Amino acid sequence: MTALIALIRKDLILYVNDKRALLLHLLMPVVLAAFFGSLFGGGSEAKTSKIEVGLVLLDQSDSGKKIADGLKADSSLKITELSDAEAQSQVREGKLPVAVVIPQGFGERAGDALFGGRDKPQIPLYYDPSQSTMLAMVKGLLTQQVMQVTTASMMSSNGSQVTDKQMARLRDSDASDTEKAQVGEFLGSLKKFQDQRATSAETKAAGSKASTGMSVPYTTQDRALSSGPKYNGYAHSFAGMGVQFILFMGIDMGIGILLARRLGIWNRLLAAPVSLTTVLMGRAVSGALIAMGLMCAMFLCAMLIFKVEISSLAGFLGIALCFSLMTAAFGLLIAAFGKTPEAARGIAVFATLIMVMLGGAWVPSFIFPEWVQTITLVVPTRWAIDGFDAVTWRGLGMAGAIGPMAVQLGFAVVFGGLAIWKFVRDQHK
Amino acid sequence: MAAVLLSVNQVSKSYAARLAVDAVSFQVLQGQTIGLIGPNGAGKSTTVGMICGLLRPDSGSITMDGQPITQGPSAAKQKIGFVPQDLALYEDLPAIENLKLFGALYGLKGDLLKQRCEQALALVNLADRAKDKPSTFSGGMKRRLNIAAALLHDPQLLILDEPTVGVDPQSRNAIFDTLETLKAQGRSLIYTSHYMEEVERLADHIVIIDHGKVLADETPAALYQRLPAQAALRAELAAEPSAALLSGLQAQPGVTAVERDGNALNIGLTDAVHAAPVLAWLAAQPGSSLLHFATAKTSLENIFLNLTGRSLRD
Repeated sequence: MTALIALIRKDLILYVNDKRALLLHLLMPVVLAAFFGSLFGGGSEAKTSKIEVGLVLLDQSDSGKKIADGLKADSSLKITELSDAEAQSQVREGKLPVAVVIPQGFGERAGDALFGGRDKPQIPLYYDPSQSTMLAMVKGLLTQQVMQVTTASMMSSNGSQVTDKQMARLRDSDASDTEKAQVGEFLGSLKKFQDQRATSAETKAAGSKASTGMSVPYTTQDRALSSGPKYNGYAHSFAGMGVQFILFMGIDMGIGILLARRLGIWNRLLAAPVSLTTVLMGRAVSGALIAMGLMCAMFLCAMLIFKVEISSLAGFLGIALCFSLMTAAFGLLIAAFGKTPEAARGIAVFATLIMVMLGGAWVPSFIFPEWVQTITLVVPTRWAIDGFDAVTWRGLGMAGAIGPMAVQLGFAVVFGGLAIWKFVRDQHK
Repeated sequence: MAAVLLSVNQVSKSYAARLAVDAVSFQVLQGQTIGLIGPNGAGKSTTVGMICGLLRPDSGSITMDGQPITQGPSAAKQKIGFVPQDLALYEDLPAIENLKLFGALYGLKGDLLKQRCEQALALVNLADRAKDKPSTFSGGMKRRLNIAAALLHDPQLLILDEPTVGVDPQSRNAIFDTLETLKAQGRSLIYTSHYMEEVERLADHIVIIDHGKVLADETPAALYQRLPAQAALRAELAAEPSAALLSGLQAQPGVTAVERDGNALNIGLTDAVHAAPVLAWLAAQPGSSLLHFATAKTSLENIFLNLTGRSLRD
């Protein structure tokens, strides 16, 4: 058994015997990743959550009912019909983010306003100011329903009376003769179309449920795109929590060296005929092995319990290895520059939390401002998490892993180089 | 004359502006036990650190069996066993695993490593606790394991830096039994301590160091010769001694000094054998009723006081 292997073996035995550390570094990230994963969409089969919306339907016309039915049929919304007072009360109390009021006569007035643009009816929207983003989403879905129902109504025989009113208004208006002629020609054609629809409806008795004229000119086909398996929110969460807790293990490793110095064990190791580099390498290799083992164990849990798929095993192992080396070098750096175990732990935990936050371990980094996203490119955790995403749900394979691996190795070399330089300098003092 | 094993030649070491060790020189012969004594901050630990290759001297040289001792892997370090003052053990690693680690650092492996571990544990009476963790050991047992860890590679020189700190008397005796066994095996020892009785019990050569300098480097006998009094006698009389009694006492054979302390007399003697004739002379003097008496041998503590003007534990 060489000195290096003996040093590594010692650290592995100590780590495995330390049940508290195992609990912290393995069980905690699995529990937290399960929690965060479920928050961010969970498995690929998970349904997206619906927006709860209160509906006050005061317009009992055909158009009003159709708008209400359209909103209820939308899979993104969960509609609850309420009175106006109930709607206001529930929004105030934070029980509903948004409530929509369809006022009496809305359908008819909306048709009137479609061409003239005058006397537009208003739809009161009540919203919780703490959930203002919901307002924009509900507005969009409401616009879709109102436009669809109003234009359909206008193109049907029912719209004939509205067209008559529009034509009468046009005659009395101050518009120029040319403008009156152009709009009048359009309304005349529309009236003709509406009358034909009425005749056709009578002949066909029941009438057709097919398109009755204008409608929203598109539908969407939603497809989640990645090169690999379906998106699984747990994959990202396991990457984030794994990176965070393994970095905590790296801190413990660095603190362990500082404690060894304080307890005289470090001197005993260096009194032996081994070099400082061998002692440091022993600690770094054991730290990297532990980190690698932890990451593999965590993703094994993720695969078995949460159906996370690894699209490139080689890429995953490469990212895990490079991240483990970076973690070990980070531990050495803490030991090299830390003055006391207590002070070093505080600073290192703070630095780690900042790194994992900026790296997107807690929440995806795209929600950060652009300048923060740019800064995160110099944070090793960002590359580690992006790398794990690439080889799991993004399915980018080895090609997607090479960049993050190279950056991780770069950080490992810089951290490790700085640490060894400081250790050697201190030894020669 | 035995061969020189360790040679420390004009070694100096400074920490910033403070000169911790100032041109220290001494030698350790094959089979010799050196007691390295001095108060806290005297430079003992720095000297030991340089001998073990933990610190680099600013000047001077240290050789072990003719080979220079340097930081990092050197052949000379293979011949030295170091027992640090701290309990330098992994508390949560079983005793046998601690020994395997330290043995492997000195190149031992396989059956030889296993055999040496078993021998070392047996020597310090911990064979039955091999699989237990040091965290479950008493202070004395940890100290013994601390020594065992330094013996695995069969070093020619064992350096013990205050190995009995915080140990109860029973465990201290157990440690001394071990060290006397090692000494009887012909191994060389350097023993640093505050406890003079420990150094006197073990050492056949004493190096006294203070303020980074060697003040004395001699056998205990030669050190005692430096003092005018090798033994002391205290006699309590019924009445205050007269001037005539004092001058008569001063003239007795073997008496080096007489000091009056109320009704008592502190008498310095060149040797303890003079105590009985002096007491007989005192008892025979008219008007000097002898109430109590006590004899004492001069200690290294007195020698240190004589050399430095201060106590070892100052």
